Formats: sequence, C-alpha cells, structure tokens
Amino acid sequence: MHEWALAEAVLSSATEIAEKEGLSEVTEVKITVGELQQIEVDILEFALSQLKTAKFGKTKFKIETKKAELKCRVCDHRWFFGEQKIDRETAEAIHFVPEIAYICTRCPECGSPDFEIMQGRGVWLERVKGVK
Amino acid sequence: MVDPRISSINESLKEIRNIITVVSGKGGVGKSLVASTLALTLAKKNYKVGLFDLDFTSPSTHIILNIQGLQPKEEKGIVPPKVHDVSYMSIIFYSGQYSLPLRAADASNALIELLSITRWEQQDVLILDMPPGISDATLDIIRFVKRIQFFIVTTPSQLAYATVEKLLDLLSELRMPIIGILENMKRTSLPSIEAQVEQKAIRFLGDLPFDEKIEEAIGNTEVLLDTAFARKLEEIVSKTPLF
Ligand SMILES: Nc1ncnc2c1ncn2[C@@H]1O[C@H](COP(=O)(O)OP(=O)(O)O)[C@@H](O)[C@H]1O
Ligand SMILES: [Mg+2]
Ligand SMILES: [Zn+2]
Repeated sequence: MHEWALAEAVLSSATEIAEKEGLSEVTEVKITVGELQQIEVDILEFALSQLKTAKFGKTKFKIETKKAELKCRVCDHRWFFGEQKIDRETAEAIHFVPEIAYICTRCPECGSPDFEIMQGRGVWLERVKGVK
Repeated sequence: MVDPRISSINESLKEIRNIITVVSGKGGVGKSLVASTLALTLAKKNYKVGLFDLDFTSPSTHIILNIQGLQPKEEKGIVPPKVHDVSYMSIIFYSGQYSLPLRAADASNALIELLSITRWEQQDVLILDMPPGISDATLDIIRFVKRIQFFIVTTPSQLAYATVEKLLDLLSELRMPIIGILENMKRTSLPSIEAQVEQKAIRFLGDLPFDEKIEEAIGNTEVLLDTAFARKLEEIVSKTPLF
C-alpha cells in the first residue's frame, strides 16, 4: 500500500512549505491525484489522517483527481488513459511507477509508444493554506 | 504546485550510511558487472548492502544476479527483496520482460518515483548502477541524493577514457566526492590509463582483467565470485577506503 509513502511525502513537503511561509497552523492542503497512478483516495485520506503531525490538527485535506491525458508526439492525437483496457498486473505496476504505462500504451491513431503524459500522472501538492 | 516526492527521497534513504554510485561516460565498460560484483563482495564481508539498478531503459543487474520470482514487499512504500544477502531494487520488478521506451523526462520521473517510495532498511552501503553518461539519471542523483560518492569505471580504450574525463571534470566542478577510477577489461597488449588518471589528481583504483570466463558466470553468483575478475575486484576493494 504505497499510498502511505505518498501520504508521508505530501506531509513532509507540506511541512516544508508551512515552515518556509511561517505558518503556525495549516488550515488547508490541496492535493491532486492523477488517474494514471490509480491511487486509492480513501487509503490516501486515511494515511494522511494517521500520519499527520500537530501542525495539521485542523487541516482540511482536499483531494482532487485528474484524468490522465496523453498526447502522441508523432501524430499529435490526444486521448485519455482511462479509455484503455489493461490487465491487473500491469495496472498494479503502473500504480507504483506510472511510466510503466509505456510498456503497454500505444497511440490509438498511429500506434506510437512515443507520447507525452500531459496531465494526471501522479500526486501533486497544489497549495498549502494556513495562519501565521 | 510542488512535487511531494522530492522531499521524501532523502527521508527514504536515511537509514543508509554510504551511497556509492557506479558511473562512466560510456556504456558497455562493465558498470553493471562491477556494481553487482561489488555488492556481492561487500555482502560477503558482512556489510549490509543494497543494490539499486537505475538504468531503467537497459537494466542488467537482475540478469547478472539471476533475480527471478521475487517482488518487493508492500509496506507503507516498497521494501526491496533480499537476494544473495543483498537488498535489491530494479524497475524490472515492474516492467518485467517488456521493453520500456522512456524519454529522458519520463525516465527521470520514474527514477524520482522509485527513489521516494522505496524503503531501504538500514544499510552500510547502497550501490547505484547507473546508465552511461552525464544525462538525466546522473543529474537527478546529483540533485536529489545527498552523501553520494562516485566510483568511475573506464576501459583502457581512449574512446572510453575520453568520455570518462568529461564526466570527471563535471563531477570535480560540482565538488562531488570521487572514490577513484577503475580500469576494466584490461589486456596486457594495451597501455594503461593509469598515468592519465594520476594527472587528474584522482585515485587510480587498479585494473580488472578482461576475463573470458565472465560470460558463463552471468546469472551464477558463486561462479562469478570465483572469476579472476571478481578476485581482483575484491583485492582492490580491500585496499581502497570506500567508506
Ligand atoms: N572484465 C571483463 N571481462 C570480460 N567481459 C566483461 C568484463 N567486464 C564486463 N564485461 C562484459 O562486457 C559487457 C558490458 O558489461 P556491462 O556491465 O553490462 O557494462 P555497462 O553496465 O557499463 O554497460 C557485458 O557483456 C559484460 O559481461
Ligand atoms: Mg549497465
Ligand atoms: Zn499517434
């Protein structure tokens, strides 16, 4: 369950930001989660609630999921990763390392493996709000 | 927007005392073979050793070490399995037998991901097997990983050494700690690059013979440790202050 590792990473960088901005208390942390990585948002939320330090006592963790959008570098076609069927084993590997998508995903128009992940790859810390 | 993985990389590596990065300007000089044999050699000396294959597009150490049927444990992150007394991590656990066409930015992303989610147990040393050259992987390691030392591999060929010299100049400019340069695939018919290394005020670690027996030792660590190559590497390791 590597949602725990991600939660820890989110908290450690949110702490860093809060310290840099001199926040004594964090009121809101906004996180986006890319669909590509298929994070279990429930587990992520639970992990955040278990791992959080005093600074995050009253923090609202807002989690938004983003569709994984891909763009072919050869023919410019854009599509969503979610439209593709993949087996469980590969899905699991992509969960740990999203770039594993390159072993099985091809441009639906031209068949190229040379595409860009435009958005919706992994976990991002969108913003940290708080009081000084 | 902040990438939360970055601040957790050193957190994930905090139980590790020393990090040795095996690098070269060129491919095919024996980095993977040296990194794997170094890991086995140090493990045999009872050090706690980790080996992390960071050559994501051309991973090789799993073949040298015959890694089969193993998978990292999921435990609030991923815990590398132990094989031949070495804690081992590679993208191969996720990419399997498939080819993984990665552009540099994607390889870099995958590298950051694995560095940040891998939970290393306490280790005396973690050995990183790198792709060749001074591109993303090397720059990422320099940027994100604290406390690294570089272990440089070349061959006697001027073609290899010329690229190593460039790498060396960059690492020196960035004040990166360098353990020294190892000359691999030495054949008596070729002059050594030792004198050139010494001009650079870098430690020449020694040379490893070109060993005809290496091919049959690939995938069999006992045979590998018994080759002239491995015995010479052990000799070099015992007289080199690695950490
Ligand atoms: N000292 C040596 N004697 C004989 N063959 C060697 C020696 N060192 C490496 N090799 C062989 O050379 C090839 C490249 O080695 P490898 O470790 O994959 O290089 P790199 O990681 O630098 O690309 C492999 O086939 C390996 O078995
Ligand atoms: Mg290699
Ligand atoms: Zn296309």
